[in-house]
Amino acid sequence: MSNLFELILASILNHNIALVYILGMCPLIAISTNVKNAKGMGLAVIIVVTLTAIINWPIYQLLLATGTEKLALLVFIITIAAVVQLLEIFMEKFVPSMYNAFGIFLPLITVNCVVLAVSLFFVNREYTFGETAAFGFGSSVGWALAIILLAGIREKMAKISDLPKGLQGKAIVFIILGILALAFIGFTGLASI
Amino acid sequence: MNLLFVPIVLIGVLLIIALILIIVEKALGGGGEKVLQINNDKIIPVMGDETVLNTLSQHKIFIPSACGGKATCGFCKFKLIEGGGEIKPTELPFLNAKEREEGIRLSCQVKVKDNMKIEIPKELLNAKEYKTKVSHIEDLTYDIKMVRFELIEPKEMIFKPGQYAQLKVPGIDVIRAYSIASHPKYNNQIELIIRQVPNGKATTYVHKALEIGDKVILTGPYGDFYLQEDSSRDMICIAGGSGKAPIRSILYYLRDQGMNRKVKYFFGAKSKRDLYYTEEFMELSKEFPNFEYIPALSEPQPSDDWKGEVGLITDVVDRRVADLTESEAYLCGSPGMINACIKVLNKHKIKQENVFFDNFS
Repeated sequence: MSNLFELILASILNHNIALVYILGMCPLIAISTNVKNAKGMGLAVIIVVTLTAIINWPIYQLLLATGTEKLALLVFIITIAAVVQLLEIFMEKFVPSMYNAFGIFLPLITVNCVVLAVSLFFVNREYTFGETAAFGFGSSVGWALAIILLAGIREKMAKISDLPKGLQGKAIVFIILGILALAFIGFTGLASI
Repeated sequence: MNLLFVPIVLIGVLLIIALILIIVEKALGGGGEKVLQINNDKIIPVMGDETVLNTLSQHKIFIPSACGGKATCGFCKFKLIEGGGEIKPTELPFLNAKEREEGIRLSCQVKVKDNMKIEIPKELLNAKEYKTKVSHIEDLTYDIKMVRFELIEPKEMIFKPGQYAQLKVPGIDVIRAYSIASHPKYNNQIELIIRQVPNGKATTYVHKALEIGDKVILTGPYGDFYLQEDSSRDMICIAGGSGKAPIRSILYYLRDQGMNRKVKYFFGAKSKRDLYYTEEFMELSKEFPNFEYIPALSEPQPSDDWKGEVGLITDVVDRRVADLTESEAYLCGSPGMINACIKVLNKHKIKQENVFFDNFS
């Protein structure tokens, strides 16, 4: 149990999937202009990543059993797309207010590489089912933390900073991200993965 | 890798996922029948989760759409009265604040998920999509062309003289409206008069690329600018540029009726090279004393040898008309020209409800 807790902590902080592994950059930069959107995107990613990790693990065991594990990449992408689609149908039916709030973010998650990366990592690291679920949850929470931090900084900077023209927009985001990544290196050794 | 299992696993996964999606969708979504009510009148029963655009086109109501449902053109607007949910982020870039307040939406993005009440312009209810073939192209002036389209499928367009059709430029998502210039009696072909607009996408296509035999999609007829057929008032027609098109259609119609109304037709142009169909209309005025054709040039060139009216079209109209209380006016041209003309007509006491105009904006 303490092992699982350590795994979650590590994947949120010192093995943060966004700031240490530099994955899922595209939505991280595109949807971090305000905290409200960032929270929505972060929540959607947490749901989808945790769900797909849990679903992909038994499917991978099936692939192993039939000796077709080289198909893993293909099958994972298909299940991810299907999970996102299913989630969309369910949310539209039962929580239409949240569905409308998510808007375009939900289908966008299909192409967020964090989702695929988590599924590929558990294969490489030979996780058990419990570890996979913990790692999926932790990584997505870490990604959500990164996007909310970034959005908070961007929101504040938009109000008070007087940026030179060449640094406005996406350019400064790369610098902020770099500094955030440096800060996260401070967590090194906190927990092992 | 066990080769036998590869197709089994792949197809199996795909089949299972497709099955789950279908079952879930059936169980949650499009089971029941919903009702789409148009303009408080026509009622369409809807099964499944189709978009409003597709539902309407299945029932032969064609809302203009250039991109075919990708939310990139913004043409397929309609007014949502009841149901349909909130505005989606994909629609936002195409709606201004006023439209959002009025409930204007994009029909390609709104799905029929519950009973809905919507409003669409009446003229759209009669519009159809036509496959056509270009059968004739004629240069009217240096920058105006007349193009004749033969209707292939459906074969007939019933339109009122003065209405317009929309031309879909193949390959790029562009739709443009042009007034129909041809005789409403010949409804298996329509003629459009198209002026080259500098850098205009559709007009450049028509002027530089369109050839006889090309297949083009037209939709129509649209527009509430048309001849009031049961009225017998005297008429004032004022046109500029390619605005001759709808008036030409109206005059064809009146000629067949024996020109039973007094018509004064003013046409404004810069110089003689902008005039076209002059002889056709002169002939008509010789044939029918009731009809008078008054072309006016604002900047006649010395080489034009012009003996007709000179000056801005508004000044010419001002000089040549008397009391207009019992007259109808038909105006087509740029918004600026129309506004100026309405001022002049008001001076001659025309009644507001008898002024009809077609804005070429």
